[in-house]
Amino acid sequence: MANLELRQVGKWYGNYEAIKSVDLSIADREFVVFVGPSGCGKTTLLRMIAGLEEITSGDLLIDGVHANAVPPDKRGLAMVFQSYALYPHMTVAQNMGFALKMAGMPRAEIDAKVGEAARVLQLEPVLGRKPRMLSGGQRQRVAIGRAIVRNPKGFLFDEPLSNLDAALRVQMRIELVKLHQALAATMIYVTHDQIEAMTMADRIVVLNRGIVEQVGTPLNLYHRPANLFVAGFIGSPKMNFFPGRVQRADASQVVLALAGGETFIVPGPESPPAVGTELTLGVRPEHFEMAAQGPLAGTVDVVEHLGVETLVYVRLASGAIVIVRTDDLSRVRVGENVSLALRAGRASLFDSSGAALFHAMPE
Amino acid sequence: MDQDKASPLGTAAAWIVAFLMFFPILWMTVTAFKTETQAIAIPPIVFFRPGMESFAHATAQAGYMLFAENSIIVSFASTLLALLIAFPAAYAMAFQPGKHTQNLLVWMLSTKMLPPVGVLVPIYLICRDLGLLDTRTALIVIDMLMNLPIVVWMLYSFFRDIPRDILEAARMDGVGPRKQMIYLLLPLASPGIVSAALLAIILAWNEAFWSINLTAAHAGTLATFIARYSAPEGLFWAKLSAASVLAVAPILVFGSFAQRRLVRGLTVGAVK
Repeated sequence: MANLELRQVGKWYGNYEAIKSVDLSIADREFVVFVGPSGCGKTTLLRMIAGLEEITSGDLLIDGVHANAVPPDKRGLAMVFQSYALYPHMTVAQNMGFALKMAGMPRAEIDAKVGEAARVLQLEPVLGRKPRMLSGGQRQRVAIGRAIVRNPKGFLFDEPLSNLDAALRVQMRIELVKLHQALAATMIYVTHDQIEAMTMADRIVVLNRGIVEQVGTPLNLYHRPANLFVAGFIGSPKMNFFPGRVQRADASQVVLALAGGETFIVPGPESPPAVGTELTLGVRPEHFEMAAQGPLAGTVDVVEHLGVETLVYVRLASGAIVIVRTDDLSRVRVGENVSLALRAGRASLFDSSGAALFHAMPE
Repeated sequence: MDQDKASPLGTAAAWIVAFLMFFPILWMTVTAFKTETQAIAIPPIVFFRPGMESFAHATAQAGYMLFAENSIIVSFASTLLALLIAFPAAYAMAFQPGKHTQNLLVWMLSTKMLPPVGVLVPIYLICRDLGLLDTRTALIVIDMLMNLPIVVWMLYSFFRDIPRDILEAARMDGVGPRKQMIYLLLPLASPGIVSAALLAIILAWNEAFWSINLTAAHAGTLATFIARYSAPEGLFWAKLSAASVLAVAPILVFGSFAQRRLVRGLTVGAVK
């Protein structure tokens, strides 16, 4: 059982503010992913929760108990490090049992706990080996096993999959999700990979320069990003952005004059913006389609065939590149002139500060 | 040019230089087996019947064993003491560095650049007032202090090679600094600790300045033992050579065993 609550948590390194007043509450058994570009403070925040980094301001509550000054091992949390941080001179079994041995647990009890964790993680055949004799995936599992045996209230993962190759990463991703279901423990997971975030999280916390940009379920973040940063960070290839100005607006549509000279119509605003307002239009690659007639016209620059889909890079007259995701099996050729239209009227508008105005999602 | 193939000229030059550097030790060893008359003969005698008289004199009459014992006790004790102090110091500097840790390290090393003779008088007076003249205790403490900066530096660089994550994982596992040192640093840095110890032993063994100036008949080390031969009675080359061989041989043998360890210890962190 672990509820975590962060109240205006901040971190200063000298004169540098690494974390700026984060408010967040994490429910018991939730799988929360901190995601953001490198240097956004996600690892720092995790380490503050772990107790490895001091909390400069604000409060951390674990199960309602103020935990700012509680030492790391007394917080009931276990951490899995990016580098695995296995003890190189100990065998797998010793690595997993070390915390218990230090806590003075009887030998037989340690063996039982280590054996149980090894069974869950399929590490039984390698219990006697040293870390250097293991594959990357096995090391990763030992690191997780070391966390499991302590029977913690919550698990903290610091980019645990970034040292694995792509195939293994997908496999471990699935194993971690299964593990979360099996252990029914709170998990906080840090990654810079938005795909990991999307696939594993109950809720995602998007961080940028020490600020929480948005907290929400994966699909909520994808469809209703709170601002330009989240819109650009979640989703790959990223959302296309076009600066523009409101020409005309009513309850049924907003007519935009884009910076490139095109006129673009976005359907159905909840509250129409004032004429003349500077806006940014955002359209996801899959929300464009190639049409005989459309508001945007350009030349095909690059075509990427990924098999299941095709990415088309279209250069507009203004020089801007628009990415279009299509399942159309490559009838498009490089150099061809194409027109682009909105698919199903899907688009987002952001005001000049970057905050989302509304997301057009007609039924 | 093929870099792997040495030119014959270069090889010959290298051998000549090596021989020139080794010659004094060779000549010393040869002289040790001569009689005093053979030792000062000019032109030098190259072929002779080797004898052990000089060694017998050095060991029996000059009290070699006492000096050797002092050397062993002083070098090992000072090294042990230095390690005991340097280990936690290096731990703190490597894993809990403060704003001035780097300066502190450089300052520590800079004390090695101070000429020892500059502090001879104060140290002599301190030893005299504490009644430590001609005691092993004084030499142990002084050798320990002389070697401490180097030992701290070596341990520090070894500790720096240990990933910080490992100690943080230990912190999460509820392992405090003392247990971290025993269960993690000691085994993980053992090659480094051994290297540092070997170097400190060799440096303490070879230390001559303080032992000559602060000791006499009781606590003198082998360095003092040799120095006594160039004494008022005049020079006895064969005996001096025999004494020198006896003083140098143990550490030379020790050093050759330790060589590989030592090279690895001194180059740690240089190549990854």
